[in-house]
Amino acid sequence: MLDKQTVRNIAFLARIDVKEDDLEPLANQLSGIIGWVEQLGEVNTDGVAPMTSVTNQVLRWRADELTDGGRADQVVLNAPDKLDGCFAVPKMVE
Amino acid sequence: MSYIIKGNTGDWEVVIGLEVHAQVISNSKLFSGADTTFGAEPNSQVSFVDAGFPGMLPVINAKCVEQAVRTGLGLKAKINNRSVFARKNYFYADLPQGYQISQYELPIVGEGTLILDMPDGSTRAVGIERLHLEQDAGKSMHDQHPNKSLIDLNRSGVALMEIVSKPDMRTPEEAGAYLRKLRAILRYLGSCDGNMEEGSMRCDVNVSVRHPGEEFRTRCEIKNVNSVRFVMQAIEHEAARHVEVYESGGDIRQETRLFDPSRGETRSMRSKEQAHDYRYFPDPDLLPLEFDDAYVEAIRATLPELPDEKKERFISEYGITAYDATVLVMDQENSAFFETVAKGRDGKTAVAWVTTNLFGSLNKRGLSVSDSPVSATQLGQLIDLVADNTLSTRLAKDVFEIMMDEGKDPSVIVEERGMKQVTDTSAIEAACDQVIAANAEKADEVRNGKEKLVAWFVGQVMKATQGKANPAMLQEILKKKLLG
Amino acid sequence: MTTLTDLTLAQARDGLRNKDFTARELTESYIAAMDKHRDLNAYITETPELALAQAAESDARLAKGDAGAMEGLPIGMKDLFCTEGVLTTAGSHILDGFKPPYESTVSARLKQAGAVLLGKTNLDEFAMGSSNETSYYGASKNPWKATGDDRDLVPGGSSGGSAAAVAARIAIAATGTDTGGSIRQPAAYCGITGIKPTYGRCSRWGIIAYASSLDQAGPMTRDVRDAAIMLGAMSGYDPKDSTSANLPVPDFEAALTGNIKGLRIGLPKEYRPEGLSPEIAALWDRGAQWLKDAGAEVVEISLPHTKYALATYYVIAPAECSSNLARYDGVRFGLRVEGSSLDEMYMKTRAAGFGTEVQRRIMMGTYVLSAGYYDAYYLKAQKVRALIAQDFRQAFEQVDVILAPTAPTPAFGMGENMADPITMYLNDVFTVPTSLAGLPGLSVPAGLSATGLPLGLQLIGKPFDEETVLRVGGVIEDAAGFTAKPTLA
Ligand SMILES: [Mg+2]
Ligand SMILES: [Zn+2]
Repeated sequence: MLDKQTVRNIAFLARIDVKEDDLEPLANQLSGIIGWVEQLGEVNTDGVAPMTSVTNQVLRWRADELTDGGRADQVVLNAPDKLDGCFAVPKMVE
Repeated sequence: MSYIIKGNTGDWEVVIGLEVHAQVISNSKLFSGADTTFGAEPNSQVSFVDAGFPGMLPVINAKCVEQAVRTGLGLKAKINNRSVFARKNYFYADLPQGYQISQYELPIVGEGTLILDMPDGSTRAVGIERLHLEQDAGKSMHDQHPNKSLIDLNRSGVALMEIVSKPDMRTPEEAGAYLRKLRAILRYLGSCDGNMEEGSMRCDVNVSVRHPGEEFRTRCEIKNVNSVRFVMQAIEHEAARHVEVYESGGDIRQETRLFDPSRGETRSMRSKEQAHDYRYFPDPDLLPLEFDDAYVEAIRATLPELPDEKKERFISEYGITAYDATVLVMDQENSAFFETVAKGRDGKTAVAWVTTNLFGSLNKRGLSVSDSPVSATQLGQLIDLVADNTLSTRLAKDVFEIMMDEGKDPSVIVEERGMKQVTDTSAIEAACDQVIAANAEKADEVRNGKEKLVAWFVGQVMKATQGKANPAMLQEILKKKLLG
Repeated sequence: MTTLTDLTLAQARDGLRNKDFTARELTESYIAAMDKHRDLNAYITETPELALAQAAESDARLAKGDAGAMEGLPIGMKDLFCTEGVLTTAGSHILDGFKPPYESTVSARLKQAGAVLLGKTNLDEFAMGSSNETSYYGASKNPWKATGDDRDLVPGGSSGGSAAAVAARIAIAATGTDTGGSIRQPAAYCGITGIKPTYGRCSRWGIIAYASSLDQAGPMTRDVRDAAIMLGAMSGYDPKDSTSANLPVPDFEAALTGNIKGLRIGLPKEYRPEGLSPEIAALWDRGAQWLKDAGAEVVEISLPHTKYALATYYVIAPAECSSNLARYDGVRFGLRVEGSSLDEMYMKTRAAGFGTEVQRRIMMGTYVLSAGYYDAYYLKAQKVRALIAQDFRQAFEQVDVILAPTAPTPAFGMGENMADPITMYLNDVFTVPTSLAGLPGLSVPAGLSATGLPLGLQLIGKPFDEETVLRVGGVIEDAAGFTAKPTLA
């Protein structure tokens, strides 16, 4: 099932820092859940369309109108770090 | 027009596919009611949806759907009456939701075709793989602070059409022609302003090489190249790099690269290499996007005449060459200008005036057709003055330059400066007699067989009449007088 | 005179309109009760000043005679609803200090109807849990205790704080959200009524998302009539939510006629697995008998894919949550733990900000969506989900409403099920199928266990037929005559 390396990869994809010592137990736990989930393999789903939306409705469209924006102060209000009206993050390098 | 790289192991051909991100022209964003106008104060055109705040939900903009369908029709593509929005999951500071709402398995537009018009007048069809709608990301700025990057989300959520070509191009010129043609179509349709410098049209280039007839080899993706010229340069460099690697026994690794215009070369973007796994899945906040054929047909009914059709019509209606027609139709204003000039006149004369004289003069002045001091009507009037013999072609060129400087009607300029050509036989004869009398020796030389000197006499008489003598009449009279 | 906090929502509404007491008096009684029972940890944030100000406005409107449906009624708001200017945490460390500059549609509707906000109620972190023990703000306690046993019990989850508050009379009613049973299961554990309406009935706009294709808001109340009144105030079409149903909101209270003659009630045989507690089985039989006695017809039905519902849910919900929770990255709001690079900042922030269960579900969801596993897990689960929904569609060709237990056990002790996630997940075995199918589900207290703890019965209805669900629920409620109350110190 899931090994340490897989869990390390998933943790990076999910951007969660998992301590080296926690990888193994987490791998075991997730393997347990995945193993349990695999009972779905018993169900014959040949020709079954996956359910992508619960309702039978059609997507509604809105008119192309300006109804939002113009409140930069509120947008950055809760930011842990901001500068010159922008969100600030550790420097990204290409 | 083949583009072959000669190598030690034989000839190499280049395989090119382009992914173009075209910003949709709409008032508000794809999933929010915030403004899309470029250049506003940071974060002033941001809804909480665009900023990925907790509990915020997307609602689709009808205009963006229409623009995508319109563009699909312009690309002669299959319109999918049912498409699905999917989330493309990845972390980046300018991607507030932690995912981009895009389309994956079922895009709004399927396969289509784009016709390339090559400089030699030939054409080539390039397949369109798909067009899908997605959200743009925000903007990161790296030079404002020594150890911080700043994020402005004004662009976050603006609608993009990602237009993916098939790997059908084989030369950098074809890639250039593809981008120019695509830009022309988008502008005709009014679905994107096609401005690569401002980033409203951005291009990712997929390049690989192979020996002709081989299977495709590994491709590299050069991200975000921002001009047609750079796209062509990037392809040249990247193809040469591939050949070099293969020929020295190496292998090309599939990767994302960046084009550095200052060095004219591509380099690896290692930062983007880690764990590419976008985990696409249908966005549960949205239902499938559906519309009926009537909706599509209603949009089709509003399509303008597109470059390909216009080109065909120009060739047949005005008798101009494919090359000239291509030059004209690439820009809607140019072609409209031409049509105004050409209507009811000789097409070939009109195209020469427009593409050679007008475009040449505008180019020198750094102006576009929309800023032209000479209107299409005025240029038509000038052509008419030549047709009715008021002006010689030569005089007309002088008048045209004055028109470019002063913007006046040609008839006014002719009147003010007395530039009407002389068609009065006796006046031309008198001028000829004068010149012959003053140059009796040279006249004798002509009579003794040095016929080339007739042209010299033409020039002298022209000078004497300030260029106003009708050239054809002048020729005829001179010949008669000198040669009998 | 009875204590004001003992009045149901309907009684208090009528009392306010009759000027028997004022909204201010009612609100003050609740604020005093909240003070007294703070040990329950039912609220993460209390807003007494706001409540008193709103009560004053309600009194003014009551005096003028233009009272809304919830005028002057003091409620708790699950802390998953964004409330403008009021701390909103989702029970998570990662939303530290987050005060939304906007109000969720449902809480705005309640405010519009005159409801008074007592505070934000405790919940499992990001609504992920069945016991309220995953809250960063500490578990809320169930006000009930087993006979002769002083151990603290869980209120259920994830809307455990709301359930505890309503049961303990420290809110007249409260909002909940239900993704796999998070309204119905805590309602059953705390001896109150809770309804998860049809997916699309209540707007999701402004509710912090857990699993978008499953999340639904609903009321948690003392009785069925209260649920009907409050559901009416919460429901309705919202153009800001693309999945919101554009349907008129019926007068749910008017549906409570008590007349169920001729209705066909389905009992799904798959809900009686081997090992079902005899106590729960007996309660279910009793419920069926009450409905028969009231003139309904009871038939056995089959929902053949029931067995696979939990596994389906534990693929779909984590998958959606892994994506929905990507926005908590330390950039625009909430907690940030600094790092030397962007990725390091993300990883440290999310490791510190999310609790164990949330991390586990994000990792699960990331895994099932990742390259090479999507088809085997996510796509497979979406297909099984389609079969589960089809089971219900077929069943509803034969019956008008389905009767089932709400939960397999009464409330359990704190800490008891924390060790093994799958055992914890089994608490939702009877509620998850309804969520997957997007159907309305109501839990009504129907009796006490041998240990003196409340047990609930669940009614499951056709899409957008909350009226029948509530009507039948009302009949169960009357027949059960559930009057027990938690004994509070
Ligand atoms: Mg791309
Ligand atoms: Zn794209």
